[in-house]
Amino acid sequence: MTSVLYDVPGPKARLYSLLGSAAGILIILGILAIAVVTLAQQGIFDADRWEIFYGPMAPDVWSLIGQGILSTLAAAAVAAVIAFPLGIALCLLRISLIPWIRIPTQVVLEFLRGMPVVLMMLFVLLVFATGQFQAVVVGLVLYNAAIFAEILRAGIQSLPKGQREAGLAIGLRSFQSRMSIEFPQAVRRMLPSLIAQLVVLLKDTSLGYIVGYEELLRKIQIMADFLGPDFLFPAFFVGAAIYILINLTVSRIAIMIERRGSKKAAGGMASAIKTVDLEVNVPGTDKK
Amino acid sequence: MDAVIASLPQYWDGFLRTLYLSVISGIIALLVGTLLAAMRVSPVAALRGFSMFYVEVARNTPLTIIFFFAAIVLPRLGVRFEQFEVAAIIALSSYTAAFIAEAVRSGVNSVPVGQAEAARSVGMTFTQVLGFIVLPQAVRTVIPPLINILIALVKNSSVAGAFFVLELFGYGRQLSNDYGNQVLWILLGVAFFYLLITVPLGLLAHFVERKVAIAR
Repeated sequence: MTSVLYDVPGPKARLYSLLGSAAGILIILGILAIAVVTLAQQGIFDADRWEIFYGPMAPDVWSLIGQGILSTLAAAAVAAVIAFPLGIALCLLRISLIPWIRIPTQVVLEFLRGMPVVLMMLFVLLVFATGQFQAVVVGLVLYNAAIFAEILRAGIQSLPKGQREAGLAIGLRSFQSRMSIEFPQAVRRMLPSLIAQLVVLLKDTSLGYIVGYEELLRKIQIMADFLGPDFLFPAFFVGAAIYILINLTVSRIAIMIERRGSKKAAGGMASAIKTVDLEVNVPGTDKK
Repeated sequence: MDAVIASLPQYWDGFLRTLYLSVISGIIALLVGTLLAAMRVSPVAALRGFSMFYVEVARNTPLTIIFFFAAIVLPRLGVRFEQFEVAAIIALSSYTAAFIAEAVRSGVNSVPVGQAEAARSVGMTFTQVLGFIVLPQAVRTVIPPLINILIALVKNSSVAGAFFVLELFGYGRQLSNDYGNQVLWILLGVAFFYLLITVPLGLLAHFVERKVAIAR
């Protein structure tokens, strides 16, 4: 890998860099070793602590974990499916030409975006006295629909003006031009951000833990409470690993789609693509 | 409504604690995040690898899991925090740093190649190129996304409220227990105080975006 930021390292610099790397790895290994030894002294690595995953209890334990994964994924899927069309609707309202539609929508969007998701979940749970599942889903839907709307709006605004003008010129109504000319392009242009937001949505299902929804983390805690404190660490370890693995997989898929999309776009007509860093969680866009 | 007025002191205390958590974690995250971004583009392979690994893992770990680890797992392992705020700050800043690193990195990538080349051709070293030429220019494009990350940080600090820290969300939960019949107003009050931080920050991001926008 060559970078414009520094010269190609010579033999001396390469040696230093190698030595530095080795020292760094040693330090990290040392810290890890200390952590492992401390944990081992607590008996964390005793076989009987981990027996729950392969011993006689294993089927029950894994089925509990499976239920947790399923309810996490279910909440995320339902929320995503509802949030996307709602986001499109909000986006249409937000870019409406009529001020008394546009401005109230803008206020609502600002309100939703400025709010912690977990607060919305708690609000739905307590004020509307719904079940935990509904609370989690509604909280996620409200927040993510607002984000989707903003992403799509940024996408439409990044289109060349001529797109809409051409649509109007051939006699399409404003709404027709939006739906059949601008939206398809905006969605495609913003696909990476939209998928990144889906990853965020998936991650945010873990907030369901706080409002008592029995997702993966809550199941882990129930399990540990039932089995005894000794098993908390193993249970947590496995649960966290599963969570991170699921998220990493989805992120990887997102990056793959992004790569494919950017290849296509490069060959397409879009001449001056301005990537809009709208949301926090836009995955690293290499613009080199 | 009167429940909100009666509990204004709690709101104020929670507001201040939210602000405190956000500001301290924000500063730490900005520093660590910039450092991680610099590591990510540095000539040393191990630094690049470490930064990449850290950012990837931290961005894909739900914050709730980090807090769960700090609040519930660590104490059982014998690690106890005198003040749980400390754990909250560590969790929030280590999580946010990863996002900041990504934002700064894409800012570094947005600086025209010629800038770094010119700097190198006058004999600057990597640290000089980055510190005097590239980062100062990257900052301009990076400020709006950075503010968005800080807004997210303020909102994320609410997770701390679920784990023994009495900030806005923590008080919100407590108060909605105390005033079971006025939950609506109590929670709207909490929402109001969050908006008091996030909306001005959002406006600031908009303003800065217009002000520093440069045609590239």
